[in-house]
Amino acid sequence: MSALLHRFRPLTPEMEEIQAQMEAHARSYGLDFFTTVFEVVDSEQLNAVAAYGGFPTRYPHWRFGMEYEQLTKGYSYGLQKIYELVINNDPCYAYLLASNGITDHKLVMAHVYGHCDFFKNNAYFAHTNRKMIDEMANHGNRIRDYMDRFGIEEVETFIDNCLCIEDLVDIHSTRIKRRDDSTKYHFQDATEEEEDAPQATRFQSKGYMDSFVNPKAAMDAEVARKTRELQKKEHFPSEPMQDVMLFVLENAPLKAWQRDVLSIIRDEAYYFAPQAQTKIMNEGWATYWHSTIMTKHAMIEKDLICYADHCSGTLAGSRTRLNPYKLGLELYRDIEDRWNRGAYGEEYERCDDHLAKKNWDKKTGLGRQKIFEVRRVHNDLTFIDEFLTLDFCREHKLFSFGYNTDSGYYEIESRQFEEVKKRLLFNLTNVGRPIIYVKDGNHKNRGELYLEHRFSGVELELKYAKDTLTNLYQLWKRPVHIGTNLENSPVTLTFDGVEFINPAEEKAKK
Amino acid sequence: MVMKIDRDSSRFKQIVRGKIRENLRKYVTHGEMIGRKGKDLVSIPLPQLDVPHFRYGQNGRGGVGQGEGEPGQPIAAGDDEGDGQGKAGGDPGQHVLEVDISLEELAAILGDELELPRIEPKGKANITQDKVRYTSVRRVGPESLRHFRRTYVEALRRQVSEGTYRPADPKIIPIKEDRRYRSWESVPEPVANAVILYMMDVSGSMTDEQKEIVRTESFWIDTWLRSQYDGIERRYIIHDAAAKEVDEQTFYHTRESGGTRISAAYKVCADLLKNHYDPAEWNVYCFQFSDGDNWGEDNKTSLALLREQILPKCNLFCYGQVESPYGSGEFLRVLEEAFGDEHEVLVTSEIESKEAIYDSIKTFLGKGK
Repeated sequence: MSALLHRFRPLTPEMEEIQAQMEAHARSYGLDFFTTVFEVVDSEQLNAVAAYGGFPTRYPHWRFGMEYEQLTKGYSYGLQKIYELVINNDPCYAYLLASNGITDHKLVMAHVYGHCDFFKNNAYFAHTNRKMIDEMANHGNRIRDYMDRFGIEEVETFIDNCLCIEDLVDIHSTRIKRRDDSTKYHFQDATEEEEDAPQATRFQSKGYMDSFVNPKAAMDAEVARKTRELQKKEHFPSEPMQDVMLFVLENAPLKAWQRDVLSIIRDEAYYFAPQAQTKIMNEGWATYWHSTIMTKHAMIEKDLICYADHCSGTLAGSRTRLNPYKLGLELYRDIEDRWNRGAYGEEYERCDDHLAKKNWDKKTGLGRQKIFEVRRVHNDLTFIDEFLTLDFCREHKLFSFGYNTDSGYYEIESRQFEEVKKRLLFNLTNVGRPIIYVKDGNHKNRGELYLEHRFSGVELELKYAKDTLTNLYQLWKRPVHIGTNLENSPVTLTFDGVEFINPAEEKAKK
Repeated sequence: MVMKIDRDSSRFKQIVRGKIRENLRKYVTHGEMIGRKGKDLVSIPLPQLDVPHFRYGQNGRGGVGQGEGEPGQPIAAGDDEGDGQGKAGGDPGQHVLEVDISLEELAAILGDELELPRIEPKGKANITQDKVRYTSVRRVGPESLRHFRRTYVEALRRQVSEGTYRPADPKIIPIKEDRRYRSWESVPEPVANAVILYMMDVSGSMTDEQKEIVRTESFWIDTWLRSQYDGIERRYIIHDAAAKEVDEQTFYHTRESGGTRISAAYKVCADLLKNHYDPAEWNVYCFQFSDGDNWGEDNKTSLALLREQILPKCNLFCYGQVESPYGSGEFLRVLEEAFGDEHEVLVTSEIESKEAIYDSIKTFLGKGK
């Protein structure tokens, strides 16, 4: 890896000096990060690196090529430009665009140190592999090797199939132990072997007392309970399992190389998951720090216009797109302000006087401390849940919007705080993806896979569901189902190896 | 540096080509390509090239925005194939993948898919043109043609043999004798030139729909023939009762009323051929589109013109009959009666609807002429 990276251009002495300054400023505020290596690249290289999700040595796949095409086109038409790219790794790697001016380099470096601090300290990143650059290179080599041995087409198609369930992971399993680690020393106990049918315990009694000593109701209840327990034990998996990837990995009839490829994709999914989980917080944090460092220290007169221009570009709001940079930054500032004034806690919440609340100042001065704590323990979902307040929502004119099927337009739905917050939290739950878990790996006792969509009022996109099931079948090799809701009634969608079956549609036809 | 991305990029393009091939019939049928034609590239919209995931459908779309506006106020146009992720910060609407593909490549795909034979230009080997090719290296020449690598190697060789080359400080300074220049020779190459003559009936019975079909079909014909010949000229003739030569724009946008006299068009066509396109030098392609209506007594004149003055000069004469609510469709039968089903040069095809364009192209160009 390092050999490859060093083929990029080194920093100029001027930039090295700036880097040293920026790092010193960042450290002076208590930001804590891994060593950060800056690489200067041209736009093509940057687009290529970005297409690979930041890892130039990643395994080959057409979608990276597609991503690259889009980035390149967007760049050449002047529609988009990647300013900065940081890799969560120890050391952190950050890419600077060679054609940027010196002011931009300052801004980007300050921004990057924010990200690096976040990567190192946020709890949701704790599980990530800090040697991911090496790991990715290994992944790349393994997959390239498989391609050499089994053919590009074959391996790539398999990767396509795996990517369909890439998002079906259990993002919280990195912090919550879902099940005991199985060990190879676990032998099935003779007593675990269940005998035929469950029977109730029968006490000895004289014949005429029997119906009193062994009441029928109690006996039946016991049998029912035992049967339930037995069923539970027989259930596979015993508890619904959100990590569909893991389930498939452990139970699908895959070849060794396929198992390895799937595990690679799963590893990468877990590595990237926290970035999606903390987009608002991470960008907000980095923006907070580039803004603080630039305005308080690093900026000189000639930087002003350029800085203001680019900073406002980053923070531009839009009615159809909630800018994560902007939202994150403003929330951190709001939190800092409230904790500086002591505007939190029971006494504050209970106060009815608007003016008193507005001028509340207990001079607690805990703001900085609080935001450092927030960046350590929260993710976007809990961050919004905890800190998005009514006042904030009003001040920043937030609204929720939805799609109106009749008019074909996105329309503003509400400015009610509860509605806005609900919508935002919904969009952040499970990173905006439907929650899906494995309910049964031996459906109908025929080895079919049954997934369940935890329905929360929003239907699945049918076309995608169909394609996903079709691809999943390629992994599972037996019919696959997903239980979900369509038009307010539960349905099971199936791909049986030949065709896609949607009972709701067939009913409609009849 | 060589980036690995090049590989993935070309792999992606390969997949895209596969997609275009798969959907070629659709692209041929819908005139989408026209108007997207740049100089050498066409932009093809591909709806989706995407790894499917389970995701939320229509009623989950939406998010949180910021700014002014009352509830109920529309803020953005929806798109049927919307992004659908309803992500905070996700744009509503979706990106259509626009893929640039060269006309040559498109023609190749068309040729493969329709199994079009490559065209054998008729005996034109005697027409040649000199083409310049850089094939050799000389010691003299203009600086603009200096061959850097050869010069460098010569200089290196000389310095090594002179003993002035020091590995620790590998400076190579070429002197006059080291310089090498690219040199060219003129290669006579046979040139095949072709002319396409489009004729269209613009009488009242041809509606816009029919013209759209003609337009779409001629785009694909152009694309294919262009890939087969070095130089292509196109001439356009419109006719009702009278005929005249027009430019491309007029050809597709003129609407006349009045009767139909096909012989008028044939007359103009024959004159053009006689005056400008010597069949010894040109590969001549004629495409005639009509709804098959003709003035009764004109058929005889038309056939005579066709037989004596046009067909002998053509590589191919294609008659495409579009179905129109007003036309009688008579002329196709007249042609078939006069020339039989299997004529060497004359090809006829009926194009009932847009869907038939695909097969019609195959009929026209399937002869490999």
